[in-house]
Amino acid sequence: MDTIAATAKPAIGRGLRLQWEPAQSAHVLLYPEGMIKLNGSAAEIMKRCDGERTVSEITADLERTFGTSGLGADVESFIRLALEKKWLEIHS
Amino acid sequence: MAGDTLVTAAPARPGPPLWLLCELTYRCPLHCVFCYNPVDFSRTGKELTTAEWLRVLREARALGAVQLGLSGGEPLVREDVEEIVAHAHELGFYINLITSGVGLNESRLQALKRAGLDHVQLSFQDSTKQMNDFLSSTRTFELKSKVAALIKKYDYPMVLNVVLHRLNIDHVEEILAMAQRMGADYVELANTQYYGWALKNREQLLPSRAQLARAEEVTQGFRAQHGERMRIFFVVPDYYERRPKPCMNGLGSLFLTIAPDGCALPCQAARVLPGLEFPNVRDASIGSIWYDSPAFNHFRGDAWMKEPCRSCPEKTKDFGGCRCQAYLLTGDAANADPVCELSPHHHLIAEAVAHTERPYVSEKPLVFRDHR
Repeated sequence: MDTIAATAKPAIGRGLRLQWEPAQSAHVLLYPEGMIKLNGSAAEIMKRCDGERTVSEITADLERTFGTSGLGADVESFIRLALEKKWLEIHS
Repeated sequence: MAGDTLVTAAPARPGPPLWLLCELTYRCPLHCVFCYNPVDFSRTGKELTTAEWLRVLREARALGAVQLGLSGGEPLVREDVEEIVAHAHELGFYINLITSGVGLNESRLQALKRAGLDHVQLSFQDSTKQMNDFLSSTRTFELKSKVAALIKKYDYPMVLNVVLHRLNIDHVEEILAMAQRMGADYVELANTQYYGWALKNREQLLPSRAQLARAEEVTQGFRAQHGERMRIFFVVPDYYERRPKPCMNGLGSLFLTIAPDGCALPCQAARVLPGLEFPNVRDASIGSIWYDSPAFNHFRGDAWMKEPCRSCPEKTKDFGGCRCQAYLLTGDAANADPVCELSPHHHLIAEAVAHTERPYVSEKPLVFRDHR
């Protein structure tokens, strides 16, 4: 897959749903006849994929929230994986 | 390693039933020859009422169930599907409707969408009208095509399920072309699993190795030519595998099925298993059924296993395969699934497979699902 444009706005894929499940103490991504249990960092990224924010805005927000820097590569590689899996789609 | 050291005496408390399958009814306008419903389905007791289904949803959701399948039979035969969907949606379920499409018109789909239905899986028997109608013993192909268009119109991912077998597996190319024309996002080419009506018809339905290889080749070719826009899942019939499927991820680990009469099952085919008294939601809570009933605890862990499973290092991967298949083919549900090459009963599978190479067409008529 090509590199993701910094202006790309990822959103949860059509027909999918991200929600917090107390019984699993985790965010899960629900899709037709299946679900993925997300770890903490994946969930923090996915929560911000609202189709409004660009990848660089998402990264900046995460860095601000967790008081750190240099998350760009990790965020981008997760988003790329999620796009491949169709968990996310791009709204541009 | 000594066999005994691998045996855990008491199974750990299982996690919640994350998957809830509500078989709302066994009634169905179709008469498919590969249906996995019990062959004596017409003798099951009275269907749960709407209020009883809503209680099942609340109790299961409280335990942690989150994926909900509404199936049957044909679930849309019931007029309360909209109400069931609305309640499930409020509770936070992800709701999958598994339908033949019969009974799904525009006003109904609109109501279901409004109620919060997340996904529709539409089943097809084949790509050609004649074959579809023949295999389901009814005239539904045109109706299904209309329903497929409706599903797209209401912005659902279009998931098409086609059950493959000897009589239609040679049409995989046409099936995929049809799916593409309908704008399918996902196509499941699911080879028949041999339970219920399908087992009765196995001799006519099990494809040959050559047929299977050709179908897989066609599928690969289609993927290569058209890319991944339409995702294709090809499910090989387990008779052609060397190891059994990890059926239900082990009985009582994730999946809870509620049959139309309220009978709680660890798998939709489990009713055939002898010696187990499956509890009914009319008599007990979902929590006590899942965690405390002997029927649900029976096949948890590995204390129930016999050799060669008991000392097999792969038992944590496939859980000995399918209990129903073990019972239906070997007469003992605790035996290894005979699909496994290590099973002493594997010859039963090998013989069925060898029989597919016969040079003649079976004389035995297909048994269409019917009341009896």
